[in-house]
Amino acid sequence: MTAIIDYGVGNLFSLACSLKAIGADCVVTDSAERIRSADRVILPGVGAFGDAQKKLFSSGLGQAALEQAQKGVPLLGICVGMQLLFERSLEFGSFPGLGLIPGEVRYIGETISPGLKIPQIGWNALSIRKPHPLFKYIRDGDYVYFVHSYHAVTPKEYVIADTDYGGVLTGAVASGNVMGCQFHPEKSGEVGLNILRAFLEMG
Amino acid sequence: MIAKRIIPCLDVRDGRVVKGTRFQGLNDVASPVDLAAYYSQQGADELVFYDITASSDGRKIFTDILSEAASRVFIPLTVGGGISSLDDFDRVLKCGADKVSVNSCALRNPDLIREAAVKYGSQCVVLSVDAKRVDGRFRVFAKGGREDTGLDLMEWIKKGLDLGAGEIVLNSMDTDGVKEGFDLEMLSLVAAIAHVPVIASGGAGKMEDFATLFRAVPGVDAGLAASIFHYGEVKIPELKEYLRNENINVRI
Repeated sequence: MTAIIDYGVGNLFSLACSLKAIGADCVVTDSAERIRSADRVILPGVGAFGDAQKKLFSSGLGQAALEQAQKGVPLLGICVGMQLLFERSLEFGSFPGLGLIPGEVRYIGETISPGLKIPQIGWNALSIRKPHPLFKYIRDGDYVYFVHSYHAVTPKEYVIADTDYGGVLTGAVASGNVMGCQFHPEKSGEVGLNILRAFLEMG
Repeated sequence: MIAKRIIPCLDVRDGRVVKGTRFQGLNDVASPVDLAAYYSQQGADELVFYDITASSDGRKIFTDILSEAASRVFIPLTVGGGISSLDDFDRVLKCGADKVSVNSCALRNPDLIREAAVKYGSQCVVLSVDAKRVDGRFRVFAKGGREDTGLDLMEWIKKGLDLGAGEIVLNSMDTDGVKEGFDLEMLSLVAAIAHVPVIASGGAGKMEDFATLFRAVPGVDAGLAASIFHYGEVKIPELKEYLRNENINVRI
């Protein structure tokens, strides 16, 4: 069973629909117990990091996700959920994340050419930097859907894909069983479904 | 770099697509869900569902359809039509919409833009604007173009952006339905001041119109059209192939 952590940030309807469409046995849950018994865990998230982080930790669900990750259970963070995997974010202050992957979350305006629109909204091509099981069913250069103003700044070894938006932005990361996508696989058409499909085969 | 988006718009009334017509391999062209799935498979980058129902029964049918579409189509969905309150935002977001577009109601109550942006984030709030030339100025119209608000287009766009709109759909009433190309003049002015994505609407008649749009106004992020896609005058896979050959970055 795959648990989608519901910690009161954003709506998980589309994500749950996309997993069901590819035949996943999944549950949207705010129960730490169900997260602890899951074979796979997805940490979604939209909005501001600080707000998401507060809700994730105060609900106790962050702790459950952390324990699962440390046990080796596959964990996939999506968008702000991916950002939460890092040590900290500098969005509107400085907030700690789960610290599962070294690095921090920073404003994309520091990286991209001036004059480009922020947030990056739309379809951009993924450049695969490292072969990874998550990319089993997709190709280098496939387009995925992004909506974000911040991205992860992390050592190269953790970056499995990036994207060019007038500067190189982190697209997807991995450290062992912990993975994250800055883009929204549940909104990235067949390519996105194929990334989720590959994730469901793990664990 | 980010791709230029191609967006078909589906007007839905009483659970059916208005203007839907013939498609090969699609039995029920008036079914919004089937048509949405078809466009997604054809390579549409995003879909707009426009609710043109007046009754509350119709509203319920619309949200049911939206949920069904969201469970079959995995690209961004924007919903518009009759959005007048945060409750309306909530209603459609829960059924799978990713973005919500406001138009007339935001003109009556501009604060709706700010409230929605604070609650759901700017990326969720699309400001849709109908405008045309009146006495040498661009003026904003309400109620589907039936009512001249007297507002200057540029003033309204600036205000909408200040209030937190995360995307602009600009529909030129001067070029809408004429099929001789997008309103490049109007779009250039708006793109020059918008720091958020601008979606061009009104006037597409053929593939070349999209190439002209993206080349002449680089600040435009997407082209939206309805009837040319519904009537099969422009087919999305061919349009994308054509744009790629014209060196315009599109998702194929």
